[in-house]
Amino acid sequence: MMGLDVGRLAAVARKEAREYRRTPFIIGAMAVLPLIFMINPVITIFAIGATVKAATVSRAVGATFLVLLVVPAVIPASIAAYSVVGERDQGTLEPLLTTPVRRGEILIGKALVAVVPAVGIAYILFALAVILAHFFAANPTVAATLTEGPHILAQALFAPLLALWSIGVGTAISARSSDVRVAQQLGTLASLPPLAVTALVSFQVVPLGVWTAVGFGLGLLVLDIVMWRGVMATFDRERLITGSRAVKTTRVGPGGPPAGTVRRIQAFGGADDGGGGA
Amino acid sequence: MVSHLTKRFGDRSAFEDVSFEVAHGEVFGFLGPNGAGKTTTVRTLGTLIAPTSGSAVVAGIPLSAATGAEIRQLISIMPENPGLYLRLTVQENLELFAGLYGLPSPRARIAAALETVNLAPRARDLCGRLSKGLRQRVGLARALLSDPVVMFLDEPTSGLDPVASREVHDLIAGLRERGVTVFLTTHRLEEAERLCDRVAILNTRLLAVGRPEQLRGQLFRSSLVVETAARLAAPEAVFTPDVGVEKWTPEGDAGYVLTVADPRMAAPRVTRALVAAGADVVSIAVAHHSLEDVYLQLVEADPEAET
Repeated sequence: MMGLDVGRLAAVARKEAREYRRTPFIIGAMAVLPLIFMINPVITIFAIGATVKAATVSRAVGATFLVLLVVPAVIPASIAAYSVVGERDQGTLEPLLTTPVRRGEILIGKALVAVVPAVGIAYILFALAVILAHFFAANPTVAATLTEGPHILAQALFAPLLALWSIGVGTAISARSSDVRVAQQLGTLASLPPLAVTALVSFQVVPLGVWTAVGFGLGLLVLDIVMWRGVMATFDRERLITGSRAVKTTRVGPGGPPAGTVRRIQAFGGADDGGGGA
Repeated sequence: MVSHLTKRFGDRSAFEDVSFEVAHGEVFGFLGPNGAGKTTTVRTLGTLIAPTSGSAVVAGIPLSAATGAEIRQLISIMPENPGLYLRLTVQENLELFAGLYGLPSPRARIAAALETVNLAPRARDLCGRLSKGLRQRVGLARALLSDPVVMFLDEPTSGLDPVASREVHDLIAGLRERGVTVFLTTHRLEEAERLCDRVAILNTRLLAVGRPEQLRGQLFRSSLVVETAARLAAPEAVFTPDVGVEKWTPEGDAGYVLTVADPRMAAPRVTRALVAAGADVVSIAVAHHSLEDVYLQLVEADPEAET
């Protein structure tokens, strides 16, 4: 990850953003999916009567909370799943990899453009739910429960962490897949497991407090770090071009170490990102 | 410089024990049948694929895992399929690559590259709406953008009409004048013959490297093609070692192919011998073997060709 060039990273991100803007499938997913996911919270908020007990309100808000967190987990997954296999499909991956761009720059550039709108949409939906609850819910404790400190903290922490997981796992699947649709389906499925963590909070198996939110956030962060290290390892130039990763023994002559010596060398897209890491 | 370079995928060799040198500013043709390993060689020298063994120096830098990014900064590769982002405009495609190469004054560089390939008026067109030939030109503009020291061109005239092909040929000739080393992979042998200072013929193993005329000299003995108005009554009495003919074979009704050591010395002597024998000489010419003859001779004689 060392030695990232901001200019190259920005070039990748700008290209991704331009492509997304002109891809109806992505614009559609960004626009329609959040609306669909908003239906349940709206119904829940309006269905809670004025005299419903606080415990019931808390359970309903927990369920709403979970649905709102599905958005940052699911929306970027299919976009990320398209990111590498899509490039390979349209023949743009090889020209991209022939440039000095490093794999960290490609992955982060692509991830940024998927994570920013996904998290933005998640925050907007949460704000919308709070506004609707505040002005239109029959039960005044709904808005109060939604805006409790731990809920806001959990929303703020979980949304980007879930999005990062989805993008990472989607990219890893995309890098290994040869079919866009299979990659998108697998990517969406693989984005769901971390929601189990948030489900524990939502269904009040674990009571939500500030420290619970921070603890679960740290847990998701560790998952993200482990997964992204895996993504970096998967993103190997040779594997992306030929479908197989080079691990070889080479006898090097002019231009390398003394002729006749035999050593193991790293694939160009291997762990040494400074050299040829994609 | 490439030395004993080998790439294997499992048990299969993509190319094996390949060695050659390309001089600075040279146009070097890389020829071979489908599956010969040309594209894999280009990908290896372009640092996309690691060699199984051997070594290479590309643009003055030894090829290794540690030098990949450094080499890629100095070279450009244009694959056979230009691989453009079809939802982006020509300008946007080039902006991406200008950014990836970290070019200063990218707009001026893009404008110059588009001017070179005569595409300046199409800068705002979506690449998806361009013909194959125009896309190929955008690919060339992209390859020119970074002002590379070495350019790898994989079938640059594939799918181009004769006029567009001629423009690409002129462009390659211009690159040579600017001192850019061009590594040209092509199936068009007449293109290689016209453009390349030297060629290499690969069929998993390197079959030959040299200037086209040098390869012709190695493979084919010099010969004269003689045509007379009527068949000679006794050709063996005319085409003798005394007039410099080592061997002769009839060709057609009244034609003969004569193997000679030195065509310039033998031609006048053969003509005099024919006239002395009462033959009416229609034509006498030095036989010319094309690069295609060289290629076919080498590839068809190679045992690998049957596998």
